Amino acid sequence: MGAQLRVYRQKIRSAQTTKKITRAMELIAASRIQKALQRVSASAPYARAVTRAVSAVATYSNVGHVLTTEPEKIHRAAVVVFTSDRGLAGAFNANVLRASEELTMLLTEQGREVVHYVVGRRGVSYFNFRKRTPERAWIGDTDTPSFATAQEIGEEIVSRFVQSSAEGGVDEIHIVYNRFVSMLTQEPEVVRLLPLEVVEGVDAPGDAEVFPLYEFEPEPEKVLDALLPVYIESRIFNALLQSAASKQAATQKAMKSASDNADKLIRDYTRLANNARQAEITQQISEIVGGADALGSAK
Amino acid sequence: MVLNVAVVSAERELWTGEAKQVIARTTVGEIGILTGHEPVLGILAPGESRITATDGTVVTARVEDGFLSVQGDTVTIVAGTAELV
Repeated sequence: MGAQLRVYRQKIRSAQTTKKITRAMELIAASRIQKALQRVSASAPYARAVTRAVSAVATYSNVGHVLTTEPEKIHRAAVVVFTSDRGLAGAFNANVLRASEELTMLLTEQGREVVHYVVGRRGVSYFNFRKRTPERAWIGDTDTPSFATAQEIGEEIVSRFVQSSAEGGVDEIHIVYNRFVSMLTQEPEVVRLLPLEVVEGVDAPGDAEVFPLYEFEPEPEKVLDALLPVYIESRIFNALLQSAASKQAATQKAMKSASDNADKLIRDYTRLANNARQAEITQQISEIVGGADALGSAK
Repeated sequence: MVLNVAVVSAERELWTGEAKQVIARTTVGEIGILTGHEPVLGILAPGESRITATDGTVVTARVEDGFLSVQGDTVTIVAGTAELV
């Protein structure tokens, strides 16, 4: 077998092996999307109930709350970035990191100091590589995020928010995550989480709903105190779940195109290999014919 | 007249159904709810909430943190972490 032919055969084999791996990853991701989406929809009743309760209290109490008060001057802003632990998900992490960088630039231009909180190993390595240590990072819980992680993140950022900026607290908090639009589209979403803007009735289902005169137990202020952090946690949990679902969808898409590319490579190299084999045969024939001619004319 | 009760945790909806009575523990004490109760929004203390379904069975939910909302005859027990016992 000619050297050229051997090289092509080797490349075909390598593409075939790669294809087997990417195909398997594609199928795994496809089955995990469904699970991730189920978790998103299973958490919806909770988010709805929390939002309703918050708007109900906000409607009936005119108390200002520390989490809803706009600070006079914003010195420091925090950005929470939701990435994934593993790569091989196309532009998933690149998109969300780019969105967070754009936000960081914007905030810096407005004269704010920006601190970062990162979820997911990919984001951590992105920041470490650029020698910008994130304030705090959460890793290892992005595939099937638990509510406990959301609570941890919520507690951390709320405690940081209620600190005064002189003591190193932050005055506003943004979250950046991939929102699951469809199997094919995941969009990076930038949301300002704190200070909260409680828009009465807008978030509640069935828009122009009139809330009854609730009796609060204990007082409305205490209820609001307890509810707002819960609301923050539920928003963060939703971001985590959306991000997990988006990651699986992005992986599936990336692995599908990797498999398709492998198919194309195999086809191209098979053509080249056939060509090389034919050339080899042609050469052998012409050598034989040439040899026979030489023998015949020598007589 | 029956109460429409839903117990939801952050991860999923734990129980929904019709009930005669709901007893829950708020931070200021136990509260019992029958049909026609006035609207309430209360913060729950860690503990158990008992729901007596229309067929007489008692569903007990252990709640870590959360709140209870009563509006009309709809009762929602909302908890970050909760499980049925």
